[in-house]
Amino acid sequence: MSEVAPRTARTLPRESIVAALREAAKNGQPALVAFLTAGFPSRERFREDLTAIASAADVVEIGVPFTDPMADGVTIQRASEQALRAGVSLEWILSELAALPLLDTPLLLMSYLNPLLAYGLARLAADAARCRVCGFIVPDLPFDESDDFRAALAPHGLALVQMVTPVTPPERLARVAGASQGFVYAVTMTGTTGKSVTAPKEIADYLERVRAAAAVPVCAGFGIRSAEQVEALRGLVDGVVVGSALVEVLERGESPQRWLAALRPPRR
Amino acid sequence: MNAIDTAAERERALADVLAGRYPDERGRYGPFGGRYVPETLIPAHERLERGARRWLADAAFQAELNQELRDWVGRPTALSPAPHLSRRWGAQVWLKREDLAHTGAHKINNALGQAMLARRLGARRIVAETGAGQHGVACAAACARVGLPCTVYMGALDMERQAPNVGRMRLLGAKVVAVNSGDRTLRAAIDEALRDWVADPTGTYYLLGSAVGGHPYPYIVRELQAVIGREARAQMLERAGALPDALIACVGGGSNSIGLFHAFLGDAGVDIIGVEAGGRGAALGENAATVVYGRPGVLHGSYSLLLQDRHGQIQETHSISAGLDYPGVGPEHALLASIGRVRYETVDDGEALEAVRECCRLEGILPALESAHALAGARRWAATHAGARVLVGLSGRGDKDMPTLSQTLLAQPDEAQR
Repeated sequence: MSEVAPRTARTLPRESIVAALREAAKNGQPALVAFLTAGFPSRERFREDLTAIASAADVVEIGVPFTDPMADGVTIQRASEQALRAGVSLEWILSELAALPLLDTPLLLMSYLNPLLAYGLARLAADAARCRVCGFIVPDLPFDESDDFRAALAPHGLALVQMVTPVTPPERLARVAGASQGFVYAVTMTGTTGKSVTAPKEIADYLERVRAAAAVPVCAGFGIRSAEQVEALRGLVDGVVVGSALVEVLERGESPQRWLAALRPPRR
Repeated sequence: MNAIDTAAERERALADVLAGRYPDERGRYGPFGGRYVPETLIPAHERLERGARRWLADAAFQAELNQELRDWVGRPTALSPAPHLSRRWGAQVWLKREDLAHTGAHKINNALGQAMLARRLGARRIVAETGAGQHGVACAAACARVGLPCTVYMGALDMERQAPNVGRMRLLGAKVVAVNSGDRTLRAAIDEALRDWVADPTGTYYLLGSAVGGHPYPYIVRELQAVIGREARAQMLERAGALPDALIACVGGGSNSIGLFHAFLGDAGVDIIGVEAGGRGAALGENAATVVYGRPGVLHGSYSLLLQDRHGQIQETHSISAGLDYPGVGPEHALLASIGRVRYETVDDGEALEAVRECCRLEGILPALESAHALAGARRWAATHAGARVLVGLSGRGDKDMPTLSQTLLAQPDEAQR
């Protein structure tokens, strides 16, 4: 196990996520957490797409493709399959990140557990930290099973973001949200990624409970695709995650910066 | 995840198996198992665990289940001596006849039990996945019997291979949804059934068909299939006057085999063998022999053995038998393999077909291609154990395999001329 520099010199990676979200959300407008599947629509454009998205978003989630993405809807399934056919792997993603000029925007990897296990958790934490990854989101690794991975990430100061959902019981929600690092990923609907939602009263109550339990910012995700939805979440969350809709923008060959910018209201 | 490396650790784990300590309170079978599912499904798994622990131990529920197993499923299923196979192979062959259970395979034991459990838990609808179609048919029948609507997800490739079963499910009132994503087989169907459940985790009950998935599924399926081994053990003692020297079953996800094996695990004199699909050969993608060729990993909710590449991507599999064509295996099998209580071997497509032919001609029984793997394993075992007793789990009947058998056994010149 490698020793890590004392925590005084620089901000821990997981704290840089918190700082970026708090800074972006300081006027009440939700920060933007943007998702793209690595190597989709093309391997050649990955660094360019990532850089463009990082310039318009506050935090970026890079999706590691997996053959069995059971928590994802059709858009991300399709993107994952295509990326895998193009030969995208965790090794490749990390080598691309290592070759990237330093970005101001914190990066996270979002992956199902098995590719991470195959890489080796301790080796992954070290390599990810070296490539300036700030944390991980693992949809099929619930909090109860996450001790090993959190222990591997801790020496490098990397975050393991926890998810909560509207059906999470109150006691569990408090425990999981309280333990989340970087931010709390508050799923705003049951269901897989990619379907639209509105923000009714129950969602507002739910997000209030998450915020009360969380020590880090709260970002709402699953199904967010319009400026109206983002505006409806103002004051309820610190950030919003946009996934499937942004992947569709990239798939259509449109500008991700312009699309992301349109999610934010004009600055006063 | 505590590995089991030393002889002492293996011995202790076996003692824990025999003492009924697995799954433990975290849903583990030694290092295997657990609950690796999206947060959305955690409350549903927790409710199911509480429900299963309560109702599977409830005398009234058990009485009702046993009555349905007798009156509707037709249990106990027969234990048939196989005199002609015995003469041919040189050992005493006994067959546990799950092919005689209602809907033609062991799958009904689990489908009925879980459908009754779903009713007790207040589910409004049932979703299920199916590979060979046997679990789908069993679910459709069980849901009709208990009065719950049923949706079955089935890989588009499997729908072609198992067309008769698609019609049976629809006749029984189930909605069958073709899955065109991924590998278009069982694995993609499980992904899709899970997505359906994620969308409505409270009103929907996911009726998983094999001893896989996140805790408590491997436990529930084992408990509901263990009737096979309990019956078979008593029948052997009564009919043969002794336990078998060897016990052999096919292993895909591993439900019929765990069901048959469980009652015999403490019988140290019984050699227990699980037979996996050797397909066309040992190379990745050419077989579905997860225990023999796989490495540990997480798929569909549990930490077990998987057929995967070095990047942790799940591999497509091949077997002539759709019911064995799955890249994972139940976590309890991974444990039994690692402690050496069960030995796992492969039988290839050709050996399985030959076993279908022999069983048909000599015993007048058309076995499922899955079960034929167990028969071929028994033939191999018999070759070195003359005169010994071997009990084979005949997990299902082969009627559903007619499309495949027409293109293979029946396409051979000597068969076509008959």
